[in-house]
Amino acid sequence: MSTFWSIWISVIVLGTIFGCWWLLMATRKSQTTDTETDRTTGHSFDGIEEYDNPLPKWWFYLFIGTCVFSLGYLALYPGLGNFQGLLGWSSTNQWETEMQQADARYSELYARYGDTPVPALADNEDAMKMGQRLFANNCAVCHGSAGRGSLGFPNLTDNDWLYGGEPDNILTTLHEGRNGNMPAKGFMPNMNNTQVDQVVNYVLSFSDREKSAEAAEAGEAVFAQACAGCHGTDGKGNQGMGAPNLTDNIWLYGSTYDWIRETVVNGRQNQMPAQGGRLSDDQIQILAAYVYSLSN
Amino acid sequence: MKHEIVEKNLGLMIVLIILTISGGFLAEVVPLFFSKQTNEPIEGLEPLSALELEGRDIYIREGCHVCHTQQIRPFRAETERYGHYSVAGEFVYDRPFLWGSKRTGPDLARVGGRYSDAWQRQHLYDPRSVVPESNMPAFPWLFEDRVDHTDTEAKMKTLQTLGVPYTDEQIAEAASAVEGKFEIEALVAYLQQLGTVISEKR
Repeated sequence: MSTFWSIWISVIVLGTIFGCWWLLMATRKSQTTDTETDRTTGHSFDGIEEYDNPLPKWWFYLFIGTCVFSLGYLALYPGLGNFQGLLGWSSTNQWETEMQQADARYSELYARYGDTPVPALADNEDAMKMGQRLFANNCAVCHGSAGRGSLGFPNLTDNDWLYGGEPDNILTTLHEGRNGNMPAKGFMPNMNNTQVDQVVNYVLSFSDREKSAEAAEAGEAVFAQACAGCHGTDGKGNQGMGAPNLTDNIWLYGSTYDWIRETVVNGRQNQMPAQGGRLSDDQIQILAAYVYSLSN
Repeated sequence: MKHEIVEKNLGLMIVLIILTISGGFLAEVVPLFFSKQTNEPIEGLEPLSALELEGRDIYIREGCHVCHTQQIRPFRAETERYGHYSVAGEFVYDRPFLWGSKRTGPDLARVGGRYSDAWQRQHLYDPRSVVPESNMPAFPWLFEDRVDHTDTEAKMKTLQTLGVPYTDEQIAEAASAVEGKFEIEALVAYLQQLGTVISEKR
């Protein structure tokens, strides 16, 4: 704040306080006796008159008290332009102190587990209690409070992994997030409706649910061209790029003919947001162990 | 002085009343009009794109700001949950700002990037399908209605007049950038950029 505005604020604030003080003193009627008099202001409206007594003492001193209080407050806390107050208080200082106190208290709790390998941590009951709370606060909104996921959000309890379920895979997923992208119609942008039907039947045939054996058979060639690049010729997927295994009858976007057709025709985009900057490394270690413990 | 003088001179009373009630405004509000902290954008702040701007108007139309604030106060309880506290320089292009004053739902000042696009769409279509205990209304019509692109250019021109640094190219391309888009796309684009300029947690 510039000096001008600092002075501007100070003058108005102090001026207002002293203005109140002056007004109080200047209009004060000296109290000569402790008892009220029957003197009136001299007006009479419809026979109603108004007593002209001084302010009650307690009221008068309350006014003085508020003026004194405000001056004391302005001396201790920031309020007069650039003057920071004798206590040096500021909202960001207060917040930083709160954060430091919390850090001192909690970082030690987290640090206790930060260097423990994930599988060992998954067996530690205390760490898993912390992990469960971290999960509830940060992950449950998508993956569900029990980690079972929902349509479009992976189930973390079934030991089927898009990007791998080893401790390192889970840690990478948590730290850096994941971006899943299945292009519409895979590598075959000009796939026609018959071919879509064939390839959907072929994908269903991995779990013996094809509608038409004939179409499924014809779909193999379409699959090889459009899908095998990511999902593999055997349909078992590729965890390196997050291409799901299509043969295990676990479906992120619905298992029926119509759902799979929708996936083939329009593709799918999905993201797991990176937690790196949001949570500390120690917290992520505990969280990874918790996720690991859900299926191990 | 006698209070009679004030009470019997209406003109003097009016002057004194105006002086008294304008004190707070002159001391607390007027200096902010000229303060660097409130007028200069923080580093990296960009004006909303055409699609995000339309998303913001949908946010206002649907009354999101009635239940969601966009202001993280500097308390640990808030910064732990929502991220870095809000600073004035983040809102210099917001006209009007959407800080809000009541949280029925959570604060959204830094919701950008926190959930995936798919989650946002799913949640807006049917909140209870992803958050069973949610009491947020569903907004299914956003998935059917298209953004009205006819006003986009005018909106951006108005903002430009008010000092938002849109380039003339951005304004010229505005209508085509939003034409044919579903309202949900605009709203999700707006939500996904909220508060992302300050990304560190503390």
